[in-house]
Amino acid sequence: MQVDWTIYLTLLGMGLILLLPRESKTLIRWVALLTGVAALLVALKDYFNYNAWVNAQISAHGALQDGFVQIVNVPWIPAINTNYHLAVDGISFPLIVLNGFVCVTGILFSWNVETRVKEFFAFFLTLIAGVYGVFMAMDLFLLFVFYELAIIPKYFVIAIWGSTRKEYGAMKLVLYSFMGSALVFIGMLAVYFSAGGQTFDILELAKHPIAPNVQVWVFPLIFVGFGVLAGMWPFHTWAPTGHVAAPTAASMLLAGVVMKLGSYGCFRAAMLLFPQGLEHWKWWIAWLAVVGIVYGAAVALVQKDFKFIIGYSSVSHMGFVLLGLATLNLIGMSGAILQMFSHGIVASLLFAVVGRMVYDRTHTRQLDKLGGLAKVIPFACVTFVVAGAASMGMPGFSGFVAEYQILVGAFHMHPLLALAAGLSIPLTVAYILNANDKVFMEQDQPADGGGHGHDHKPGSGGPHPSLPPITLPERVAAIILMALLVIVGVYPSIMLNMIKANVQLFLRGAP
Amino acid sequence: MEHGEYLQHLARQQWLIPFFPLMAAAIQSLMKRPSRKASGALTIIAMGLSCIFALRAFFATIGGGGQHHEIERAIFNFTWFKFGTTSLGLGFILDPLAEGMAVMVAFVGFWIFVNATGYMADDENFTRFFCFLSLFAASMLGLVVSNNLLLLYMCWELVGLCSYLLIGFWYFKPAAAAAMKKAFITTRIGDVGFLLGIVMLYWKTGTLNLYTHDTLHPGALEQVSALALRNGWWGLSAASTIAFLLFIGAMGKSAQFPLHVWLPDAMEGPTPVSALIHAATMVAAGVFMVGRMYPLFTAEAGSWVLDFVMWVGCITAVFSATIAVAQFDIKRVLAYSTCSQLGFMVMALGAGSVVAGQFHLLTHAFFKALLFLGSGCVIIGTHHEQDMRKMGGLRKYMPITFWCYLIGMLALCGVPPFAGFFSKDEILLSTFHRNKYAWGLATFAAFLTAFYMTRQMFMVFAGKWRGGENDHGHDKHGKHDDHEHGHHGGEPHEVTWNMWLPIAVLSLFAIGLGFFGHKYGEYLGVEGAESVEGKAVVMGASLAVVALGLLLGWAVYGRKTMEHATDEDPLSAALGSLFTFLNRKWYIDELYDVTIIRFTATCGMFFRLVDKSVVDGILHAIAWTAWGISQVFRWIGDEFFINGGFDAGCESVRWEGEEFSKLENGRIQNYFRVLSLGAAILLLIYFFT
Repeated sequence: MQVDWTIYLTLLGMGLILLLPRESKTLIRWVALLTGVAALLVALKDYFNYNAWVNAQISAHGALQDGFVQIVNVPWIPAINTNYHLAVDGISFPLIVLNGFVCVTGILFSWNVETRVKEFFAFFLTLIAGVYGVFMAMDLFLLFVFYELAIIPKYFVIAIWGSTRKEYGAMKLVLYSFMGSALVFIGMLAVYFSAGGQTFDILELAKHPIAPNVQVWVFPLIFVGFGVLAGMWPFHTWAPTGHVAAPTAASMLLAGVVMKLGSYGCFRAAMLLFPQGLEHWKWWIAWLAVVGIVYGAAVALVQKDFKFIIGYSSVSHMGFVLLGLATLNLIGMSGAILQMFSHGIVASLLFAVVGRMVYDRTHTRQLDKLGGLAKVIPFACVTFVVAGAASMGMPGFSGFVAEYQILVGAFHMHPLLALAAGLSIPLTVAYILNANDKVFMEQDQPADGGGHGHDHKPGSGGPHPSLPPITLPERVAAIILMALLVIVGVYPSIMLNMIKANVQLFLRGAP
Repeated sequence: MEHGEYLQHLARQQWLIPFFPLMAAAIQSLMKRPSRKASGALTIIAMGLSCIFALRAFFATIGGGGQHHEIERAIFNFTWFKFGTTSLGLGFILDPLAEGMAVMVAFVGFWIFVNATGYMADDENFTRFFCFLSLFAASMLGLVVSNNLLLLYMCWELVGLCSYLLIGFWYFKPAAAAAMKKAFITTRIGDVGFLLGIVMLYWKTGTLNLYTHDTLHPGALEQVSALALRNGWWGLSAASTIAFLLFIGAMGKSAQFPLHVWLPDAMEGPTPVSALIHAATMVAAGVFMVGRMYPLFTAEAGSWVLDFVMWVGCITAVFSATIAVAQFDIKRVLAYSTCSQLGFMVMALGAGSVVAGQFHLLTHAFFKALLFLGSGCVIIGTHHEQDMRKMGGLRKYMPITFWCYLIGMLALCGVPPFAGFFSKDEILLSTFHRNKYAWGLATFAAFLTAFYMTRQMFMVFAGKWRGGENDHGHDKHGKHDDHEHGHHGGEPHEVTWNMWLPIAVLSLFAIGLGFFGHKYGEYLGVEGAESVEGKAVVMGASLAVVALGLLLGWAVYGRKTMEHATDEDPLSAALGSLFTFLNRKWYIDELYDVTIIRFTATCGMFFRLVDKSVVDGILHAIAWTAWGISQVFRWIGDEFFINGGFDAGCESVRWEGEEFSKLENGRIQNYFRVLSLGAAILLLIYFFT
């Protein structure tokens, strides 16, 4: 396994960009792109190797014995017994691949960034490296370091290249993140000391059960700490504001992978280390998740800003992830992990449409100032419809496979959970279609009151009669993401096999 | 045995039935604006092939059973994705229920496609239209032949998506854009129930395959007797609960009250689409699905689910018939009649007769497709006029359309010996046995049906041509075509052969299909106890009300036809405000606007307000408090005691005040400071407790 090279390659690319002169923008873009592609290829290669290995294990033994593939484990800061420990399993692999795809497509969608290109891509790649690191770190301290590495560039990217109250958005995001981090940090220290101050290693800690009474109060610290970043209700308000303020690539990363850092942390650190705490709090998590699902969808319905709609839809969809994790059964949890991947792709695609394809061209995101774009930039409309269909859980897209499984799992936990979460289905359809209608379809009708309605050709009267066409990088990136949605939607085994195998291990109590 | 193997062989080829249209759709989506001829021909040939395969399977299923009254059912299951011992299968089924339906969909669809080549001849997006049509047909055929509820659901959603795309095909018409949304959202509300039903079925049985013919791993419908013994919700058994949830989905799809609102608006799409939605595909899906899952509905004896189904159907039948009476748009009348007829089918299912429900579904598909295509011919023939008040006298101008339409109308009214008579009679009979009140209401609906169809016939085809007069641009049906510029009010004309041939063919079936009702019952293998009791009453009553409806229609509209498009409708004069009430569809849309839609929007607004005030308010309050505390510390500790200078203190307060007001500006350094303070306090608490 060379999957750790994703981190190093990305950092290398970042370093290379720093060495380049700031005038050679095209070169910087290409370096960033090639870095992203190289990391993605490494990730994909190991993804398929791992997939083959899992399938071989299953056909040989019926199930996995140990889902982890160790990459490196060397002492790092001996004074506090922390190690540089990287390992991957079937939970982290889909997310690593997701990060790779979001990175490449994010760079493609940022091709038109003109101000301070060098810094932009340097921050961008640093963030990506941090995310790769989180998904591989098996040492709590190391995980925390990578986690912070991913969050800090966020602030700068939003505050420098953002729009619409960007400082407020950036501040809110960072404040929330650090609040979460503080909680996580305290929880981490608590685990460290209650396990005797010997190690930060997750896999080691998991072997030494922590006293139940400690679990019950430390678990919520860590879970909520990470949950903040996963858009857990009622700690979600950073998400819409942050998304709106962020430039396209940053909102793609934010919704696509950074929110997954949160849910991944919930799973890897909180749920793995505190089984009793989890058992104690799972109903709270499940119901908060359901509230978030419906609440996010309802707020999305009444937003007037295109990007706020997508921002709140992320809150709603991340609720599904938390709900699935709380079900604590194979089908629900597998659905949750798949939903992380699926939502990552869907959200990236939606934000790309909103931010790059529409806002960069029309310079407005207000629904009532847009309209009739289907005829002007049809490709954007197609992309939005595909992403929207995936978002509303249409069969044939990955979102359906994920949300269906989560609903089954939730149903098993309590039918009311599934029923309440199901309420979001028509709401989701409504806000997606509403946005589609307002942005791409509707246009002002001729003022003469009809009579020659048939003269009214589509596209003749929108507020934006002509816009720059969709560029090649945008097309390529959108097609990549759409293809992923369909591939995983039609052939979910490509991802579900390894997820299920590892969730099974988790449910059996193995790390 | 030989026959069984043959069926098995055919079951393995069931996927071919939806495959051809699917391929046609795929090819057209990849082709870059090919010629119209190629596109149309491709679609029609693909549908023809589907039809041939469906017919082959259909005849195979006829051949076997019969004498034993044992349903022959061949299945072919395969694994979609698999993990360890659990796997998610999909599968196809070959049984009479599926094949009767598949033949209908493919056959009716085929003729609708032929007609569409004429109707859409001038549309600039011809290729896209046929691509969607093919996909629509493919997903419906897939739904019909699936042996797995998940596959069925996928096709179900695809059907919904395609109808969304097709209803909104002329999305630049505001009415169409609104209708496409309405259709999708309303059916999606029903889908919540459907999805929950699927989830519950999966949870209770561990499989979504309907039949497996395998005693070790029985399919979901092979476990109904066990399900009937387990507890569900609301005091029902699990089987009935699941049936109820699934029925909610069918209510959305088959436009049953109170989820019927989307169907009448759906006629904003091109007319062939209306024909497809109202006859062969979309709305048929709900009724078909209930028929497919029927063992669940009947598993528990004496549950209220069947009664619920029956009453929903009954109410829909009467309710929509009253609305149809007072409409002026030729397609809107038909749309409400579809609603009403679907009510009849659902009522039959609720009354316990799958045969009657499914048979009416088939006959109705033929004559409703005929009527819709006929109305399409009328619309084209009158240069895109849809208001019946501006028609009249078309019998003279469009004789072929007239005769076909007449047949369709008689079939719909239930005049013997046309198809509708037999199938409706079956329904009324089974309802009669179940519940006399429901039967009475349904008979009333049958009367209304006869009346409003007679009204339509006289308004459209009798009297003199009222078009062309008073045409001051009241064409609110903004249309796409160019070819009829300037001669909007011109003489109506007969349509081209590719438009009238389909309705001519369909009218043959509208005449003849009814005679196979008994055979169809046998074919489905559901042997009705052939109760003769009450048959005379039911038949007599339905004949009487149909005659009455026709007569009344003639008395009101036929004796003296309208002279001018602006004349008041005689019924409106007689009924007054009741007519307006019916014309406005009982104000249901308005009611939904001020209740459900307003409520949802209010919730959303309220939540948004909560986010802005409470959630962010707490956040800001925390930030302010921590900020204030740190300022106090700093002021007391650093500035006052350490610096000691009172002036400096005063100065700093003023400076601080300014700084304080910048809180909202989001100075990140400040927040880091606040944060570190907070973290420090938390750490202190941790270490000292």
